[in-house]
Amino acid sequence: MNSAHDLGGQMAFGPVLPEPGEPVFHGDWEKRVLAINVAAGAMGAWSIDEIRHARESLPPAQYLSSTYYEIWLAALDRILVEHGFLTQEELASGKPVPQRREPKRVLKGEDVPAVLRRGFPYEREAPGPAKFAVGDRVRTAVMHPQHHTRLPRYARGKQGVIERVTGCHVFPDTGAQRQPEVAQWLYTVVFTGRELWGRDADPTSTVSIEAWESYLEPA
Amino acid sequence: MSGHHHDHDHDNHFTSIEARVKALESLMVEKGYVDPAALDAIVETYETRVGPRNGARVVARAWTDPDYAQRLKADGTAAVAELGYGGRGGEHIVACFNTPDEHNLIVCTLCSCYPWPVLGLPPVWYKSPPYRAKTVIDPRGTLADFGVTLPEGQRVRVWDSTAETRFIVIPMRPAGTEGWSEDKLAAIVNRDSMIGTGLPRPEDAP
Repeated sequence: MNSAHDLGGQMAFGPVLPEPGEPVFHGDWEKRVLAINVAAGAMGAWSIDEIRHARESLPPAQYLSSTYYEIWLAALDRILVEHGFLTQEELASGKPVPQRREPKRVLKGEDVPAVLRRGFPYEREAPGPAKFAVGDRVRTAVMHPQHHTRLPRYARGKQGVIERVTGCHVFPDTGAQRQPEVAQWLYTVVFTGRELWGRDADPTSTVSIEAWESYLEPA
Repeated sequence: MSGHHHDHDHDNHFTSIEARVKALESLMVEKGYVDPAALDAIVETYETRVGPRNGARVVARAWTDPDYAQRLKADGTAAVAELGYGGRGGEHIVACFNTPDEHNLIVCTLCSCYPWPVLGLPPVWYKSPPYRAKTVIDPRGTLADFGVTLPEGQRVRVWDSTAETRFIVIPMRPAGTEGWSEDKLAAIVNRDSMIGTGLPRPEDAP
C-alpha cells in the first residue's frame, strides 16, 4: 500500500532531533499501549503483518501527526473491532457488552518471561531450493499493491546484488490479508546509492533491503 | 512526531488519550482477553530488563574474544543467545561489523523494526519521519544530525529492516582501549553506536 508509512527518501521533515533525556515512556499510557499491544497480539488472532497493515491504513495526515504509540493504539482499536473482540460502541462508551469472542489463548502473567524470551520466530522449513545465490544480480518488482507489502517504493524496479540468503521466512504480503501462512526465501539485496537515487546520490553509500523471493527477478 | 508532547494542547491531548487507553485496558481485562499481571510483567521487562546494556555486552565480548566475534558474524541469533539475549522483536539477529572501509547504519523506513532484545525499545527519533525518510537517501546527512562525521574514504552502508531480521551494528574498538576489561569496554558502547548514529566514547569509561 502506497501510504504515509513508506517514508524512505521523502523530504521536508527537517533534521533528526533526539529528545533531551530520552525517557523510555512518556506517561503511563504509553506503557499500557505497549503492554496491551503485546498481550493482545499473543491471543494469536492476527499476524504481525496484519497489524502493521492496520497501522499503515491510517489516513496519511493522521499517521504523520501521531506519535508511534498513538499509531499503535489506533491500529489496536481497529483490529480488535475487525476481529470481533470489541465493538465501536464499547470503545466509545468504555462499557463492556456481554457478547465476546473467545480468544485462542490468553497470555498469563507468569508466562510472560518465557514467551518474550522465546519470541515468535518467522523462519519456516523451505518448500524448495532458493532461486538466487550470493552474488546474483536481481531486479526488484515494480508493483503498487493496494494491500500490505514490505517492498518499499524507493526500492521498486531497481537492480541490486544478493548479499545474503537468510532462509525461508513467512511472507508478509499475503499474511496481512489473513491468507494461510506461506513462506518464501528471504534475501539481503544491496543497491548502490546511484541506482536508487540517481545522479546526485552519494557515490560512497549503499542501501540494502530484505526482499522475499517473489519481489525479485534475475537481472 | 517527536515534538508532539510539547504541543500547546499538552494537557487536553494527554488527558484524552490517557482516558482512551484506560478504557481500552479495562475492556480488555473485563472481557478476559488480557491478564492484568501480564501487562505489568511486559512493562517491567522493557523498563528494567531489556535495554542497550545487553547489546553493549555483546559488543564488548566481540571486542575481547575473536572466536565469539566470528560466531557473531556467522550467526547473530545464536551468538547473542550465548549471553542470554533473544526473543520477541529480535528472533533473527544479524550483526553488522564496522570496518575502516565501511560504516553501518540501521533504519526501518516502513515502521519501527528495532532489535528489542539487545537494544530495548527504540527511541522516539528512530520511529519518526525525519529519520526514516532521510537515512536511506542521505545517510551522511543523518549522521551530521547526530554530530558524526566519518573519516574520508569510509563508505556508508544502510540496512533497511524490511523483514523480521533485526540488525545490530558492531562498532570498531577505539584506539587506546588495549587491555581494558570487558566491563569497562561495555561502558563505552552507547546505544547510538549500535544503531550506527554514534560511535563508542572512551571518555565514558568509569
